[in-house]
Amino acid sequence: MEKIFRNLSLASASLVFIILIGIFITLFSASKGAIDEFGLGFITNPNWNKEISLSNPDAQMDINLDMSDDSASDDMMLEDTILFDEDTKKTFTEYGGLVPIVGTLLTTLIALAFALPIAMGIAVFLAEIAPKNISAPISVAIELLAAIPSIIFGMWGLYYFAPIIADLVGGYQVSLLSAGLVLGVMILPFMAAITRDSMNTTPNVLKESAYAMGATKFEVIKDIIFPYSKVGIIGSVILALGRALGETMAVAFLIGSVFTLPSKITDPTISIPVAMANNFGEASGLGESALFYLALILFVISFAIISFAKLYFLRGTK
Amino acid sequence: MPVMQLNDFSFTYPGVSHPSLKNINIEIRKNKITALIGPSGCGKSTLLRSMNRIHDLYPGNKYEGSIELLNTKTNKMENILNIKKENEFIELRQKVGMIFQKPTPFPMSIFDNVAYGLKIAGIKNKTQLEGRVEQALKDAALWREVKDRLGKSAMGLSGGQQQRLCIARAVAVKPEVILFDEPTSALDPISTGAIEELLVELKKDVSIAIVTHNMQQASRISDYTAFMYLGDLIEFDKTEHIFLNPKEKQTEDYITGRFG
Amino acid sequence: MRLLINKIVLGLSTLSALIGLGFLAWILITLFIKGLGSFHFSLFLNDLIDGGLRNLIVGQFILAAIAAALGIPLGMIAGIYIQEYGRGKYAEIIRNLSDIMMSAPSIVIGAFVYAIVVVPTGGTSGAAGAIALSIMMLPIVINTTDNMLSLVPKELREAGIALGASKYKVIIDIVIKAAKVGIMTGILLAFARIIGETAPLLFTSETSNYFSLDLSESFPSLTVSIYDLANEPEESSRDLAWAASFILTVLVLAINLTGRFFTRNKGGK
Repeated sequence: MEKIFRNLSLASASLVFIILIGIFITLFSASKGAIDEFGLGFITNPNWNKEISLSNPDAQMDINLDMSDDSASDDMMLEDTILFDEDTKKTFTEYGGLVPIVGTLLTTLIALAFALPIAMGIAVFLAEIAPKNISAPISVAIELLAAIPSIIFGMWGLYYFAPIIADLVGGYQVSLLSAGLVLGVMILPFMAAITRDSMNTTPNVLKESAYAMGATKFEVIKDIIFPYSKVGIIGSVILALGRALGETMAVAFLIGSVFTLPSKITDPTISIPVAMANNFGEASGLGESALFYLALILFVISFAIISFAKLYFLRGTK
Repeated sequence: MPVMQLNDFSFTYPGVSHPSLKNINIEIRKNKITALIGPSGCGKSTLLRSMNRIHDLYPGNKYEGSIELLNTKTNKMENILNIKKENEFIELRQKVGMIFQKPTPFPMSIFDNVAYGLKIAGIKNKTQLEGRVEQALKDAALWREVKDRLGKSAMGLSGGQQQRLCIARAVAVKPEVILFDEPTSALDPISTGAIEELLVELKKDVSIAIVTHNMQQASRISDYTAFMYLGDLIEFDKTEHIFLNPKEKQTEDYITGRFG
Repeated sequence: MRLLINKIVLGLSTLSALIGLGFLAWILITLFIKGLGSFHFSLFLNDLIDGGLRNLIVGQFILAAIAAALGIPLGMIAGIYIQEYGRGKYAEIIRNLSDIMMSAPSIVIGAFVYAIVVVPTGGTSGAAGAIALSIMMLPIVINTTDNMLSLVPKELREAGIALGASKYKVIIDIVIKAAKVGIMTGILLAFARIIGETAPLLFTSETSNYFSLDLSESFPSLTVSIYDLANEPEESSRDLAWAASFILTVLVLAINLTGRFFTRNKGGK
């Protein structure tokens, strides 16, 4: 009995390992078609779902709008793919991942730039400024904000937040900026909560001994608490970044879902999760494979970022 | 001559109906070591933490009576319980330093630890800082051990060295009083001996109040001793009187180990 | 000067806390006004095809409940392995991988289940959706169990062993019981999280306008339908989406607060 239980528990634990390996292998084999077709050039190619007539490479049927910027590199890509498929097809549809990759990185960056200072402020307020009878209910409120499903953030963002942003800075309501900001609002409570937890690991006696030297609260925060909990805070921020990278629903409502590179921050574009959410249903063949390729890229990026945070910053924080 | 004098001082923690300290009358004399002894929970640490009002980091405490601190400029006693403004608190804490039970090296280099109090007091001149840091480390009998690694993190020092670093940090700002809250309770006997020697050396420049649970330590180093029990000051006198010839029965029982 | 800087920084920090609370209030008030405005009890009686939400609410619950039925036992046993049996590297690797899996993009998990379940079975199904959610839930349960068991003092285990109980007996009868409240709280929070998930369901369960208990077909999902409805041009669809969002949020926050209530009671003891 002991042995059975032990082996059962080992098997369950190994399930984690199996699933993660499984995800990697599955994504890899499902994106094999796109990988063989486009190789690593996929990452730098801004065209998505563009049909190219092989008899006359210049007469392209352009499904997406954006063509002006990168015609030189397009032509290089074209030559590659033409050679590859010369005998088999008359027309050829090209997929490149640059737009969603850039969209993902930029929305995450905007979200982080917006959320980071506010989250630090909230964490400082909760850990150091507010008396306990105020900080406790506010902590719960902030954690509740973190529990609200992301689709709610998306809807609220689209109908109530984005119009205000558009009024303030002009441009479209659905844009890189509004998607990034709503994403920022979404990761804000998560970031604040874990930063507060890191700051709370600073021993009281250390803070007292700084106060006992006549330091102000700000000096204690700057010179004692931040240096002491630095590693944990950086780890927390990276964890929040990992979460922002993979977020689908909050961004899906707001980014505009067009495969064009944004030239301004107020332009609509698309991110990897949104590209998957909106196109998976209709995609087949090479298009589906290209979406899996995007998923693989996202998975690898977030895996790398999170393991980096875990191994270098959050080691032994349990 | 007293540098600090407590008159009918009572202290109540927030949310508690009974005061933790009742009508304490005691004085800290210039260039002397005053030891506070008594069983756990008698209020000796609470009393010590009132003397620089570190209690005020947590709101809701009630003070009664007065704690007067000598203003060396005017030579008058001033009641520190009247302090309300932040800058006055900062001034008070620069005059009354504190050393805690466990060493509290800040997460920075050895040099920056000692220079910290000076920097926040507004001293920016590099040579002046270096001179003061060196002097403080010498005063704390640590200079010889750390002079070659001032830029290294203070976390790498041993427990005893860390505690002496904290003393150097407190001494560097030239306070008038330093409060020691069981400074050797986390240290081994050799480090404890070094700290005790240091305290006796330091009293030339500064007045000292020390909370200790170790009666031998109190008898070895202090000039005056206060015995406290359940929030009351039972007896306060020269150390030799307290240990050799206590007036109160409770003091005698505690000294001879009948309770506590 | 120092005091001025101090005041400014503390003021800014308090301001950011107010901003955070402001967003929470803004979102909740929006939900209340829009959601309650479109809310009607008939929503609980009709299916989506008749303008109600009954099938979606039931469907979402079923999906989350099956995911929990799969994820909780597996996660708990795996957590037990990491904390109680695993010695050395392998348990540590699993612990780290489980943490990483917890932060894996949920849409990628959806894509994974699409490839291994939806494609071979020839179509979206409730079963696929539930599997996707259970994969989301697994690492959260592992993490909770692992953390809560680590809080149980080792003397308790030793005392059990000293009485002659076998290790698994000690774990089941003593250690789990000691950590029960914490684990339950964690599981409730995990459940609150997966019941509000959309992305892993988009192309696994999809959603359905009709009431269904058949896990082999497209399955009604509240969250997926909110996404569809919110993007439709008609005002009435959007109102329905708001009502659905309101119900979903109330549900999620209620489960969340229940979990917190448990922990608070435990803290009081």
